[in-house]
Amino acid sequence: MTTATAHALSEHEQKVDRAKLGMWMFLGSEVMFFTGFLAAYIALRMSDPAWPSGHGRLNWPLAAANTVVLIVSSFTMALGVNAAQRNLTQRLRLCLGATALLGLVFLVVKAIEYNDKFHHGHYPSTDLFYGTYFLLTGFHGLHVLGGVIALTITAGMANRFSSKWFAPVENVGLYWHFVDIVWIFLFPTLYLL
Amino acid sequence: MSAYEHAEHIHAPPTTFFYKYVWSTDHKVIAKQYLFTAFFFLALGGLLAMVIRWQLAYPFEPLPLIGSLLKNTFVFDSAGSVRPEGFNQLVTMHGTIMIFFVIIPILVGAFGNFLIPLHVGARDVAFPILNALSYWLFLPAGVILFASFFVHEGPAAAGWTAYPPLSDLGPAATPGSGTGQVLWLVAIFLLGFSSILGGLNFLTTIIKMRAPGLTWSRLPLVTWAQFVTAIFQTLATPVLASATVMLLSDKLLGTSLFLPAGIHLTGDEPVAATGGGHPLLWQHIFWFYSHPAVYILILPGMGIASDLIATFARKPIFGYTAMVTSLVGIMGLGFIVWGHHMFMSGMSPAVGMAFMTSTMLIALPSGVKVFNWLGTLWNSSIRFTVPMLHALSFVALFIIGGLSGIYMAATPVDIFIHDTYYIVAHFHYVVFGGTLFAVFGGLTFWFPKMFGREMNRKWGFVHWLLTFVGFNAAFFPMHFLGEAGHMRRISTPTEYDFLGHLQPMNEWISWSAFLLGAAQLIFLVNFFGSMGKGRKSEANPWKSNTLEWSTASPVPFHNFDRIPTVYRGPYEYSSSAADGRGDWAPQDAPPDGRGHPAAH
Ligand SMILES: [Cu+2]
Repeated sequence: MTTATAHALSEHEQKVDRAKLGMWMFLGSEVMFFTGFLAAYIALRMSDPAWPSGHGRLNWPLAAANTVVLIVSSFTMALGVNAAQRNLTQRLRLCLGATALLGLVFLVVKAIEYNDKFHHGHYPSTDLFYGTYFLLTGFHGLHVLGGVIALTITAGMANRFSSKWFAPVENVGLYWHFVDIVWIFLFPTLYLL
Repeated sequence: MSAYEHAEHIHAPPTTFFYKYVWSTDHKVIAKQYLFTAFFFLALGGLLAMVIRWQLAYPFEPLPLIGSLLKNTFVFDSAGSVRPEGFNQLVTMHGTIMIFFVIIPILVGAFGNFLIPLHVGARDVAFPILNALSYWLFLPAGVILFASFFVHEGPAAAGWTAYPPLSDLGPAATPGSGTGQVLWLVAIFLLGFSSILGGLNFLTTIIKMRAPGLTWSRLPLVTWAQFVTAIFQTLATPVLASATVMLLSDKLLGTSLFLPAGIHLTGDEPVAATGGGHPLLWQHIFWFYSHPAVYILILPGMGIASDLIATFARKPIFGYTAMVTSLVGIMGLGFIVWGHHMFMSGMSPAVGMAFMTSTMLIALPSGVKVFNWLGTLWNSSIRFTVPMLHALSFVALFIIGGLSGIYMAATPVDIFIHDTYYIVAHFHYVVFGGTLFAVFGGLTFWFPKMFGREMNRKWGFVHWLLTFVGFNAAFFPMHFLGEAGHMRRISTPTEYDFLGHLQPMNEWISWSAFLLGAAQLIFLVNFFGSMGKGRKSEANPWKSNTLEWSTASPVPFHNFDRIPTVYRGPYEYSSSAADGRGDWAPQDAPPDGRGHPAAH
């Protein structure tokens, strides 16, 4: 059945089809990667009755602002995909650029937050609270950085995309929404609870 | 043909050395890159095993022949014999190399890459560049692991499972727990990344690129097995990646995720770690990946055995649907059994019972496979070719390894035999007796398709015979050692009074292992000799049905002159099944056609 439909698609459409499936699987493995971290975090936290709560030790208003930044960036990303579908190259470039910029803002805020922690002598080795905090936010940050690079490259290629072919835009979009969702989980878990 | 070329965009084959052999995106070249890299590590891991066996038979005697050359190098002391701490490094590196850098790259990297596009009737995998990238992540991983032999304190020493706190504490705990362990972790992380990219590539290829007419129920079982394996790789390997990252963070950033407070090594000073972590956490996360990983190590072997047995029994595989269902069943159960590695960790008996039950349930799908192989062989006229001998050995040895697996899955039994040579015997019966025999079967079977030449059959037979005899002579007695309480991973069995009477058996095992090791030289000489000098092979020397045999040997750059159309399942052997065409019917032979389609 699938072979029949696959045959009806053009070679080009098949490639788009494959790229999207590949991206979904990559995100599936990314979910498992963060699941490993989160499972460790939950196990360590549950086994320690004296685990401090996040909002006393971490700068949650700053992180809340950063959450808003990421949510807005997901919105500009969605606008970008929409622009690609409608052949609006100029708008596509603008949207991708804006998304990358918001990602950069997120990273700068993160850097300020880290710097403040270091300033007060809080390092990954301080205790398990800071260890897991730096590990989880650090790996999320690396994913944001990867996304910013991918977005910048895609923005640079904007004039190559059209309503007929914009698979890279869609895939970068999928990835960016994933990074966003991970943060939606991390923010309350680390900063509020 | 020309009309077809217009419809399909085909790349020209690369012409420069760099694009042909180094940064190649051709799945067949990448398969060979994996294969030859894995051969190097097979030789290295095999040599480590020989040194291990020398030490166990003749503790602390200088290595014969080469001992004088190795004085004060690697794991050896000034007399050219193994240092006690060096023994742990040998065992660790032997396991790591064989599992991560031999079996997985051969089964998945070499066989998966070579066969999947051919079996689905495609010109290449779904993402050829990603495929090349997978290999070029794997190779640095191998180089890094190899380099760890040359760092100051030597390679990792905490076993292939890298249990903390030993792996976590640094060189103060054991040499090799410093730089060596860090390099080990980096290598495994890179390898995992490569595995994930490979897995999603294969999944996409099988889901999206099957030739017209190639329904899921017409897929060869080799490719079905690769499909299930790729799911494991994509979903379980990232968990290993996060585990290695966390252990690296302990070692490099000073966190103590896996270190409890107040560990003392020597003297009164506790280790400077903030503590609060749990060594058992590592075991859970590690085995959540590594139990599925042992299915990555065996499922492709089961697939290879299925194809070989059907081909040389000249009969359709017995119970195709049951074979596929049992593969999927093994995968599903494989994700919920990891706790059977931790019965001794003080887990609650209720949890232990659950893990024991789920583990024993795996015997059901495994048993289905065994009976279906036997059903295929039943009443057939078997052709005892070299690949078939290996496939039959696979079945026989897998039965032994499988049965001992059920036996030790019972928690009361495991309490008695855990961490003994019984475990070593079981594991080697599955991974050497099972998988490596399937690998030899597969290599001798597909060699003509890979290189366009035939391997020497006489030397192939000699290699099989010596390997089969050597393997059983070496590993079967280990069951008895284990029952007698002989611990694994000890460098000096002679130090324990209660093991004294077992020393002759240890010597016997070692000499059998040396025979087994020497027999592999025959294979290597035959393999590389036949690559250059073997008789030229026809397109379909084994009269086999699957699509790769419908194209030339060696396979041309574009795999198929035109994408084949599939009319039938992969196992239509025997005269009744093949509507008068002889005793086989290629998958792309039209139902009404007479004779076989010309092989190009
Ligand atoms: Cu297991």
